[in-house]
Amino acid sequence: MAPKKLGLKQRYAHMTRGLDWETSYQPMDAVYPFDSFEGIKIKDWSAWEDPFRLTMDAYWKFQGEKERKLYAVLDAFAQNNGQTGISDARYANVLKLFLTGVSPLEYQAHRGFAFAGRHLRGVGPRVACQMQSLDELRHVQTQIHTISHYNKYFDGISEFRHMHDRVWYLSVPKSFFDDARSAGPFEYMIAIGFAFEYVLTNLLFVPFMSGAAYNGDMSTVTFGFSAQSDESRHMTLGIEVIKFLLEQHPDNLPIVQKWVDKWFWRGHRVLGLVAMMMDYMLPKPVMSWKEAWEIYFTEAGGSLFTDLARYGLKVPKYADVATAEAEHISHQNWAIFYQYTHAAGFHTWMPDKAHLDWLSEKYPNTFDKYYRPRWEMWAEMEKQGKRFYNNALPQLCQTCQIPMGYTEPGDPTTIAFRCSEVDGETYHFCSDGCKDIFDGEPEKYAQSWLPVHQIFQGNCGGATVPDVLNWYRMNVGADNMDYVGSPDEKLWNEWHAGKVRDAV
Amino acid sequence: MTVQIKTIDLEPKRHTFGHIARRLGGDKPATRYQEATLDLQATDNFHYKPLWEPEYWHYDTRKTAVVMEDWYKPLDPRQFYYATYNISRANANQAVERNFTFVEERDLLGKLDAALKAKLISGLLPIRHLHWGSNMNMAEACQRGYGTAVTAPCIFSAGDHLGMAQIVSRIGLLLDEQTGAALDTAKDAWMNDPAWQGVRRLIEDTFVERDWFHLYVAQTLGVNAVLLDLVYKHADAAWGPAAVPVAMLTEFMADWRAEEGKWSDAVVKTVAAESEANKALISGWAKTWIDRAEAAARPLATALLGDAAAATAAADAARTRARSLGLSL
Ligand SMILES: [Fe+2]
Ligand SMILES: [Fe+2]
Ligand SMILES: [Zn+2]
Repeated sequence: MAPKKLGLKQRYAHMTRGLDWETSYQPMDAVYPFDSFEGIKIKDWSAWEDPFRLTMDAYWKFQGEKERKLYAVLDAFAQNNGQTGISDARYANVLKLFLTGVSPLEYQAHRGFAFAGRHLRGVGPRVACQMQSLDELRHVQTQIHTISHYNKYFDGISEFRHMHDRVWYLSVPKSFFDDARSAGPFEYMIAIGFAFEYVLTNLLFVPFMSGAAYNGDMSTVTFGFSAQSDESRHMTLGIEVIKFLLEQHPDNLPIVQKWVDKWFWRGHRVLGLVAMMMDYMLPKPVMSWKEAWEIYFTEAGGSLFTDLARYGLKVPKYADVATAEAEHISHQNWAIFYQYTHAAGFHTWMPDKAHLDWLSEKYPNTFDKYYRPRWEMWAEMEKQGKRFYNNALPQLCQTCQIPMGYTEPGDPTTIAFRCSEVDGETYHFCSDGCKDIFDGEPEKYAQSWLPVHQIFQGNCGGATVPDVLNWYRMNVGADNMDYVGSPDEKLWNEWHAGKVRDAV
Repeated sequence: MTVQIKTIDLEPKRHTFGHIARRLGGDKPATRYQEATLDLQATDNFHYKPLWEPEYWHYDTRKTAVVMEDWYKPLDPRQFYYATYNISRANANQAVERNFTFVEERDLLGKLDAALKAKLISGLLPIRHLHWGSNMNMAEACQRGYGTAVTAPCIFSAGDHLGMAQIVSRIGLLLDEQTGAALDTAKDAWMNDPAWQGVRRLIEDTFVERDWFHLYVAQTLGVNAVLLDLVYKHADAAWGPAAVPVAMLTEFMADWRAEEGKWSDAVVKTVAAESEANKALISGWAKTWIDRAEAAARPLATALLGDAAAATAAADAARTRARSLGLSL
């Protein structure tokens, strides 16, 4: 009898896990020194089901093809001055927030997946992680190349790398990813692979990419479409990892649950910046943050956690609080940036009447009651030449690092304050979620590089606001402050006057 | 007739990002390689020490004993960023496909006699495990290294080694009529055949090297320059009538070695040239790993070719190469 030919699955197994071996000249624990301290128990790595079967030749072929197409669009966009066709120059501020706040996280993901791709003992997930490491490098590099063209014309983009490591609000996304990178490989996989890439990714990428589509930014949209197939692989990996950990040993459940709770809340806090972008920064809004939250978390996340309930996993702690906050968070964040516009690397503005009406319609429970009056008052103050600035340095939450401006659950008129005491030091938090995370690992979060503390300690270029802005490499009067009166606005008006002239 | 396409010229406010302009010494147009690479990795104000290694930050220059004033000196002469890397590999892979089709259509491996097939199975196929080990090392250099200029090409290299391991696996499937039996036999040789044990011991010893640049030197000058070159460059005579099909099916590896070697040579040369101390460290590492690779290569060369001359030839070529990079061995 002729021996049986391999099926696709076995063939792929030979191409990947067949390559790996149990070392004998060095102990396995020395070869993989980092995958045991977290307490995760894996009985059988070979039970891992490869979520997708991609050999390197196929990877190069698909990815190479996608890159050819993407760069053709980027070149054409630059050649045709596509930046003049966006809905309004205010839109460019979305790209500023994206490149300073999100793209550096793609880089961190690239290095983090290289870590997991080397240090997880199972060969199946390791191969998948390495491909994701490559993909994430792709994302940061293509984002830079996409936004590079905007950088030639708009302010606030040029110093994205320098700013990410320093500017006060950018420590929110940076500390989020530093947190994941300094965790063990299993926590990293739950934090980034599952919580971020699976549970929350649609709340990050859909807003930015649909925002780009609605606002005539064809180059960013093309990037978004091109990254979609990468993201679907990342999501599959994330869900496989959590199921695998939960299937391997019942002792893994409480550890994984704790990580899911933590990373859901961490992610929710970072996404507050996206919420603000969606509701306030898109000249042509796509949908409200609240709507996005309902679709992508309440509904999609709801069925996900129903599915995971068979492993004993529960909906993340404080998911209900986060859902309630979806009524407020974008408004509260925009208020923070409006007050601190002098220290922000993008422009702010008060919404016009049409936009206020849109917000009233989208937030019938909260906007007219709590936020519209404040915006109208601030707009009035602007008119009288008394634009409102907050010159006091804010207190930051020790965990998420956002200024303490969020309100109590159920009471939108009272600011929430929580605190914990460790070794005679008092630490402050914006919420129960952030306090719980700190209390779970106080040694870790006591280390936070808190921008305001650092300013007071003299580590940020000096004691005055101009000193600090200089240290941020912020081009004062161009990168910061209101859109109205900015060089961006002036340039935009010139382009449009030109277009009108040409048309006549 | 000439067609005139009108495009508007809008005067840009700046040509590149601030950190790139400082590198270029002024605001000048930058290449995509430069914008995708220079100063991309975070360097300052990290928040938490890694739970798994609290003595370092996750990006930390102290993870190797060599010291660079600037880790963006060792640039990639190929100027690879993700797009150009993938497009280049996709192109190279088209040749791989053509070669496999050619060999398959003529059944050039299938009709070899059993003894030669067995020799390919135990003598060539186990190299796929060495590629896999090399993949682990380059992933490690990527995650542990410092500065995107070096670390990004390391993950490309890791991808290359996985790809090459898979090309060798496909050769195995041609030899065993797609059953996987040859791969199982080859793995047994990798684990137990005395001819391979020196090689396996060597690569396992690199797995526990935590100094990432030391690892980089061991991999590129020890594993690549001695062991891979022995098998792909100095062992033609071992394959007898299969030499031509083997050369065709491993053409990717030959081209890859020539191309990646330019990059890894440039990196080693630049880092060694930084200081006498670096040069001394790297020279010591290179000597150790070339010597060890030679010792590991000798039984393999003897099994393949009847004596160890090819192992010495590969090691001597690696030594000459190392000296040409400014190392003293
Ligand atoms: Fe990504
Ligand atoms: Fe992703
Ligand atoms: Zn907080």
